[in-house]
Amino acid sequence: MTAEDQKAFEDEIYAFVGREVCPPTPAKDDVNSTMIRHWAEILGDSNPAYTDEAWAKNSARGKTIAPPAMLYVWNQEGFAATTGRAPDAQTALVDLFNQHGYTGVLGTNVKQEYFREVSPGDTVVMAMTIDNISERKTTVRGPGYFFETLATFTNQHGETIGTQRFKVLKFIPQEQPAAAASEDTLKVPTRIASPRGHDNKWWWDACDEGKILIQRCKNCQTLRHPPRPMCGECQSMEWDSIESTLDGEVLSHTQLHHPKIPGYQYPLICAVIKLAEGTNIVSNIVGCEPSEVHIGMAVKGVVEQVDEKTMLPQFYPA
Amino acid sequence: MSEYKTLTCAEVSVGDKLPPQDIDITTGLVVCGALATRDFEPVHHNKAAAVATGLPDVFMNILTSQGLMTRFATDWSGPEAVVKSLDLRLGAPNVPGMVMTMTGEVTAVDTENGIVDISVLGENNIWGMHMQGSVQLALPQEA
Repeated sequence: MTAEDQKAFEDEIYAFVGREVCPPTPAKDDVNSTMIRHWAEILGDSNPAYTDEAWAKNSARGKTIAPPAMLYVWNQEGFAATTGRAPDAQTALVDLFNQHGYTGVLGTNVKQEYFREVSPGDTVVMAMTIDNISERKTTVRGPGYFFETLATFTNQHGETIGTQRFKVLKFIPQEQPAAAASEDTLKVPTRIASPRGHDNKWWWDACDEGKILIQRCKNCQTLRHPPRPMCGECQSMEWDSIESTLDGEVLSHTQLHHPKIPGYQYPLICAVIKLAEGTNIVSNIVGCEPSEVHIGMAVKGVVEQVDEKTMLPQFYPA
Repeated sequence: MSEYKTLTCAEVSVGDKLPPQDIDITTGLVVCGALATRDFEPVHHNKAAAVATGLPDVFMNILTSQGLMTRFATDWSGPEAVVKSLDLRLGAPNVPGMVMTMTGEVTAVDTENGIVDISVLGENNIWGMHMQGSVQLALPQEA
């Protein structure tokens, strides 16, 4: 696209700013207890303000209300949406984007403000305009434009009950990593597999059986961890092992916040623990609030299955 | 008297954590949530339509996410709280088989006007952030 083409395209899209998507239109159904009950059942929302008339009668409101998050529900187009939306300024704008290659669509933000609650019997009237369109942006999805619609909701008395700002990104789709569409079921991520090599497989195999071993030099009896072929004290390569009681003390600790690694439970505390036998081990502290973890804290380890393939020691407050 | 308690502003402090909620994302919740919010876009009830957009299955519509976010806030506050605003940024889709964990905390308390701001994060166990944003509630001044 040349600079002139770009300018011509932008002139066309920016002409949509301020255009009416729909004039003030009353919802086909008034706010009603049937739709509210369906919504509350499915969302699992037991708030009595929505569905318990006896409670509501004695509440500060004196009557039931519609869930505020239903604000936009009353004026939804309905089943006709399955075969395409009726033409309006928004569909015309979307068509214009599509014609110029901006075929990707992504709802990015929605903000609702509520000024007045509504109850069964009220009529929700919605008007919508195209409020703003951004300059051309580079996004991780591809180059595109954000446009925002502004819906204003009033009741049968002409009082404003709320507003909704909905921001949509229209973008030129970039080559995306292969989608998961071919997978029939979603795979819940598990932890990174333990690396088992010639020098440490024995340690992980014992862990799988619920035992935490500590390597011991056969020549000078010095304990060492993590496993390695040679004693750092006497250079002997002869070794055996002892089993740890998993009694320990926190030497240092940190909380992992970001980025979250799939397969791990958060909050995630990683700590260096000094075992009673004398060696240190890096592990997790569980079974208490992160704020309770401190240097010098006495802990007791238990070997647990942390996902389908992984056994690991987890340390609890002793 | 009521079996339901509603928090007052005086009982709430910045930093208070809301009880976390784990939401099982089922086909039932996705499809029925879409219908309860009159959102008949095929991607929310027709797997073939969703797969055509590159996703493995039907995915949760925005209005259901909004509903879960207000429920999370009012389950904590109690029923006399009035929801003043809901502001959310959308992330990865919620697809059946996932579990979305919702966490939140109080970020501001305006005792004079009885207004409390809560930050909310909904993360699913496979793709991470599904929604992140804030809910503003008006709480009763005193019980």
